[in-house]
Order: sequence, then C-alpha cells, then structure tokens
Amino acid sequence: MITARYHREIPQRYRLEAGKCSKCGRISFPPRRICPSCKGRVFETLRLEDEGTLLAFTVIRAGSEKFSQQTPYAVGIVELKEGVRLTTQIIDADLGTLEVGQRVKLVFRKVQEDGKAGILCYGYKAITI
Amino acid sequence: MVGIVGYGAYVPRYRIKAEVIAKQWGADPEAITRGLQLYEKTVPGQDEDTITISVEAARNALRRAQINPKEIGAVYIGSESHPYAVKPSATILIDALGIGPDVHVASYEFACKAGTEAMYVAYSHVKSGEMKYALGIGADTSQGAPGDALEYSASAGGAAFIMGSEHVIAEILFTHSYTSDTPDFWRREGEGYPRHGGRFTGDPAYFKHIMGAATALLEKSKLAPKDFKYAVFHMPNGKFPMEVGKRLGFTKEQIETGWLVPWMGNTYSGSSPTGLTAILDVAMPGDLIFMVSFGSGAGSDGFIYRVTDEDLHVHDRAPRTRQMLDNNKIHLNYGEYAKFRRKIKLNE
Repeated sequence: MITARYHREIPQRYRLEAGKCSKCGRISFPPRRICPSCKGRVFETLRLEDEGTLLAFTVIRAGSEKFSQQTPYAVGIVELKEGVRLTTQIIDADLGTLEVGQRVKLVFRKVQEDGKAGILCYGYKAITI
Repeated sequence: MVGIVGYGAYVPRYRIKAEVIAKQWGADPEAITRGLQLYEKTVPGQDEDTITISVEAARNALRRAQINPKEIGAVYIGSESHPYAVKPSATILIDALGIGPDVHVASYEFACKAGTEAMYVAYSHVKSGEMKYALGIGADTSQGAPGDALEYSASAGGAAFIMGSEHVIAEILFTHSYTSDTPDFWRREGEGYPRHGGRFTGDPAYFKHIMGAATALLEKSKLAPKDFKYAVFHMPNGKFPMEVGKRLGFTKEQIETGWLVPWMGNTYSGSSPTGLTAILDVAMPGDLIFMVSFGSGAGSDGFIYRVTDEDLHVHDRAPRTRQMLDNNKIHLNYGEYAKFRRKIKLNE
C-alpha cells in the first residue's frame, strides 16, 4: 500500500509547492526542514511556475513492470523558471524530435496505479510547448 | 447578473482517424465518414482520464476567471467514466487547484449530459446566493466496444465553467430541463462497454428530448432561433446536431462554430460544453447563445446565454478550444489505439 506516502506528497505532486528559505531565499523542492545553504529552519511555501526548459533526457525502452506498457517513453530533467530542477516523464511527443533546451510545461497526469484494485496516483509530467 | 465568469477546455493530443477504425473491421470508410460525418476523434493518453482532463480544463477556467480558488464553494464533475467506482473525482481536482477544503464536491452521472447537470447545479448555487463561485465540469474518456458503431465516435475531452455574479462573461438568462424514462443507451454495473438501441437512439431519444427542452426554452424566453448568433447541441455524431438544429429552425452557420464533432468525436459529458467553449472563444458582446445537451436514459438541459463585454478580455488568457483541436496532433494506428484504450487482454 502506497496510500500514506502518496497523500503526504500531494502538495508537491499536485501543486508544485516548494519551500523558500526565509533567511537566504534558497528554494528547495521538495521542501526541506533545514536549508542546505544557510541551515535556516523557517520557510515560506512557494508555488512554482509550471513552465521550464528540458536540460537532459533519456528514452526508456525496457521499463519496470508498472511502466512496461508505456515503453518507449522519455524521462528528463526540467529546470523551472525559479531555477528548481526536477525529474519527470516527457509525454505526448514524438521521441525522435525531443531536444535539450526545448520549452516544456508541466501538466497533471496519472503517474502510476497501485495494482488493479489500489489507488490511482496523480502528479506532474512534462509536455513540449 | 449570474453566469459564467471563467471557462476552459481540454483536448488530448492523440487522434485516430475514422477510416483506420473502419478498415480494421472491414467497413467502408467513406460510408462512415459520409454517413456519420466523423473524420477523426481524440484518444486519451495512457496516463489521461476524466480527472486529469477535468484538472486541465479547470486550470484554463481559473486562468480566465482570475479569481482566488479558495472562494469556490462547490465543485461538480459530470462524467460517465469516473476513474473510481467509489471516490469522488473532484476530491483530487480541488487539491490540484488549491480549492477547499471548505468546499462541497460531488460526481454526477447522466450519460452524455452529466456535464450540463454539473453546470446547472453550480449556476443554481450562485443564483440562490449560497456561494460566491461554483465550478461545473463535463469530461469523459468514453469507450465504444470494438467493432461497434460507437467506436467511431467515443472520444475524450472536457470543459469547465466557473459560475459567479461578478465580471460575468456570459450571463445565463434562461434554463430548462426535459427528462423521461427512455432506455436508448445504458451500461449495467460491471460491464466494460455500453449497449444501445441502434435506431431507437434517434427520434424517441435524442430528437425528442432536445426538441422538448429547446421548444420550452424558446417559449419561456419568447425568443426565436433567428435571434441567436450561435447554437450548440449534443454531438453524438456530425449528423444529429445539424439535423435537430434544422428541425428547430436554426441554420448551419449558427451551429458550425461549436460543431467540433467531425474532428473531435463525441466527448460525451464534455460534448456540448466543449462546443460552448469554442463559441465563447470568438463571441462578441451582446451575442445570444442557445445550448441544449442530451444524455441517454434520457434527458436534456437547455441554457440561453448572453455574452457581455467582459468576454473579450478573457479569450487569450488560456488556449482556445479550436487551437487545441487543430494543433499538436499525434495520430495512432489501430494497434496503438487498442493498447491505449486497454482493449488488449494481458497476462496479470
């Protein structure tokens, strides 16, 4: 059962909520309890912009069991406007046309299913724009 | 004044052409495209469902309305393809959009008119003064059985409407609903695909209910078809909405703007609602819009809208519906389509 962990991660997976250090301004995504830069412990919640740039990607041709029906698919590192980098699937694209530096937008998609009868897990994935 | 303060649509990028489906089953492609006036339809991605479509449509509605999501007091999603049998779709949507937790949510079902049910109840809440804003959504990823006539039309998409009383872009002037027990189309619990009554879905169902609601709406409003700039009816195929419009006295020109079905298919609960978004994308202040949905079982919801000056300012705050329909298409072959729609039986 992945229910508790999934529920805990909803603010980040659904709404891209990051933590901005009140002392030095560093943005952490997902949020941290202690700022890696200044060791500050006070953060404000910041909702990240949903557009960014594709920094790197790879095409998965032999997926794990949960993703085997989606192969081939791309996974990449996206840098959002605020400088935050995250790893996500790149979807709805001709894989042969993907390029580093492309503009992408994060959209709301089903990320995985907990088996045939378990919960459906949603979150962000990237499409090219 | 109460009406729509924000609207948004969502159209998946994947498509399958009607001729590809026809060839798969040995049917005559030209007879299908000519008879049903269907050329291609949208297909949901493997990671898309009614919830993801509703979220994207509602995000576009919020971009246009530019309101604080916390002020939305109710969220209703109408669909016949809710991903969960037990768990409301809108619980996920409100957390994705930052609505609530002080919000009333529900999932509605009424075949293809569940979307206008959601819109009707959202509108009624605001009209009664119960809340400042309410969100009504119609979205579907419906299935047609392999080889069935429905396979040419059952598609995916949706539209969302935020109802309110300030900065209204389309005032709702009149509504009317018309309902009866008519078993034209159904799906029993546990069945994978719906069944339908073939030609019985026409005159006793689609035409009777749309004309019933439309006639009452015209009488109530004391307006005539010629008074309207646009009209949109439920679109199970290309032929029916044009035919019902003709019977009521509307012209092809009034219907064409919202007539998305030849290139989108039947988005079920999202059908006439997405057509309405395509109309709002180009409407001008003062335009009157006539809308009647249809849901098998059977019933129709009718609305008359008057576009206000506010509409001009919101068109480009989110993607226009025709823009999503015409661009970034990825066409599938039948094998890919069958895989996407989980029509292939796999080992557990």
